[in-house]
Amino acid sequence: MTAIWRSRSFAVVAVVAVLIVVWYLGAVLLNLQPQLDTYQRSGAAVPALPQLINDLWSQAKPILPAPHQVLGEVWNATAAQDITSKRSLLLQGWITLEGTVLGFLIGTALGLLLAVYIVHNEAANRSLMPWIIASQTIPILAIAPMLVVGFNAIGLMGLLPKALISTYLSFFPIVVGMVKGFRSPDQMQLDLMRTYNASRWTVFWKLRWPASTPFLFTSMKVGVAIALIGALVAELTYTGGGGLGVRLLTGSYNGQTVVMWAVLVVAATLAAALVVAVGLAERLTLRGMGAQPA
Amino acid sequence: MTVVSAKTLGLTFHTNDGDVVALSDVSLDIEKGEFVSFIGPSGCGKTTFLRTIADLEQPTSGTLTINGMTPSEARQKRAYGYVFQSPALFPWRTIEKNVALPLEIMGYPDADKKARIARTMELVNLTGFERKYPWQLSGGMQQRASIARALSFDADLLLMDEPFGALDEIVRDHLNSELLKLWARTQKTIAFVTHSIPEAAYLSTKIVVMSPRPGRVTDIITSTLPSERPLDIRESPEFLAIAHRVREGLRAGHSYEETA
Repeated sequence: MTAIWRSRSFAVVAVVAVLIVVWYLGAVLLNLQPQLDTYQRSGAAVPALPQLINDLWSQAKPILPAPHQVLGEVWNATAAQDITSKRSLLLQGWITLEGTVLGFLIGTALGLLLAVYIVHNEAANRSLMPWIIASQTIPILAIAPMLVVGFNAIGLMGLLPKALISTYLSFFPIVVGMVKGFRSPDQMQLDLMRTYNASRWTVFWKLRWPASTPFLFTSMKVGVAIALIGALVAELTYTGGGGLGVRLLTGSYNGQTVVMWAVLVVAATLAAALVVAVGLAERLTLRGMGAQPA
Repeated sequence: MTVVSAKTLGLTFHTNDGDVVALSDVSLDIEKGEFVSFIGPSGCGKTTFLRTIADLEQPTSGTLTINGMTPSEARQKRAYGYVFQSPALFPWRTIEKNVALPLEIMGYPDADKKARIARTMELVNLTGFERKYPWQLSGGMQQRASIARALSFDADLLLMDEPFGALDEIVRDHLNSELLKLWARTQKTIAFVTHSIPEAAYLSTKIVVMSPRPGRVTDIITSTLPSERPLDIRESPEFLAIAHRVREGLRAGHSYEETA
């Protein structure tokens, strides 16, 4: 009987239930004053509580839409919408996903190359690392428009500039994680390779690279999630290409809070799906490498 | 034939706390086929000496040759196999793949590789565990796998740095007698670092007693035990006499005194 209280799925369900309750309460509190103003303007009397709450949870442009409004919008904009329509969040999500995945792949490759260079070259270690860290202290919102304009000026348009913003964000956790990963073999393992007179190349492929695999996947999980943020930010700057970021922006211009929340839900689902996909690849890879089951 | 020859060898580490003399005026020869143990308390330089033979540390004075070559040349010629304090197996490789590691690096052809893996796995009694991953094996078996790895490419010299130090005494006894059999079968020259007096006395043809601050040789004892050594030889008077002389050597080097 006590088992159900301790089970993980129970904990998840309980937390979600509490969040939903808080959300509905929040929707009542935040939307109350605008609703009272509406009644006053139209000269209507404040209705009885059930009607009042119903009104609060079904406003066209609420400050905080109720969960069922958001889910309704998600449904309307995905399953109930023609996938070729600009209003389809599946279409817009796909556009964002393209930029995210391309940028993430470039970012991973770039991060790996930098990490390899840093681990094998002391000068690179000292000179590159501060710049890499500095690159991440610049707000992406400030630099994204400049990059997009700059890319435009040299004839780069469409998917690639957007992807490069994702790259800009996602290479960082890969570099940091993989520098640590490539340095994770202990001294004894390195000494062992030295007794075989192994070249640096051999030490890398036979020791550093396999030893860093767990680090790679951990970094990739962080990287893929922020690659999505990068794609969204890029879309805010370059609205011509569409994507979830553009829907977010138009929703915000028009005060369509329900749409904005729906976009957030889709974006969050996308991010979660990407992280889960990386996690799955991690489990398969580590199992293939004979890792001890947890 | 002399395999390892050290003459007035010295090694000083420069640390932030000042110089540490790890080896001072060490002169000794290891002949082909000998089993030489190095014993002493921590800081006596026994591991440093082994690492210097392996070209993992550089001496600061004196000369050291391995088969007539410098340590660096010997390492590049893969003249020795090294067994570390812990197995240092790669966890993502199966046991046979771990044993194959040096063979891969040294570019042995596949058929030869297979034969060598089978032979060394048999030498250390691990036949049947080829496809296991290191975590599926006990500590003693893992260390045996690491010995197989050091033997696989047939270097004549085997350097062992407290290989059984982390194992319990029962496993250690067993592996000691296995090691003697292996030594008899392969005719290797073995340099073996330990801080166990019974282990040194049981295994060795020659025992080098060392003492710390500075790390130096205080006694070299040639064993009087026969080459055939059952485990209970350790209750014989000859064995006890050797163990006693080792202890005397340690005492002469002030190894039993408390230091801050």
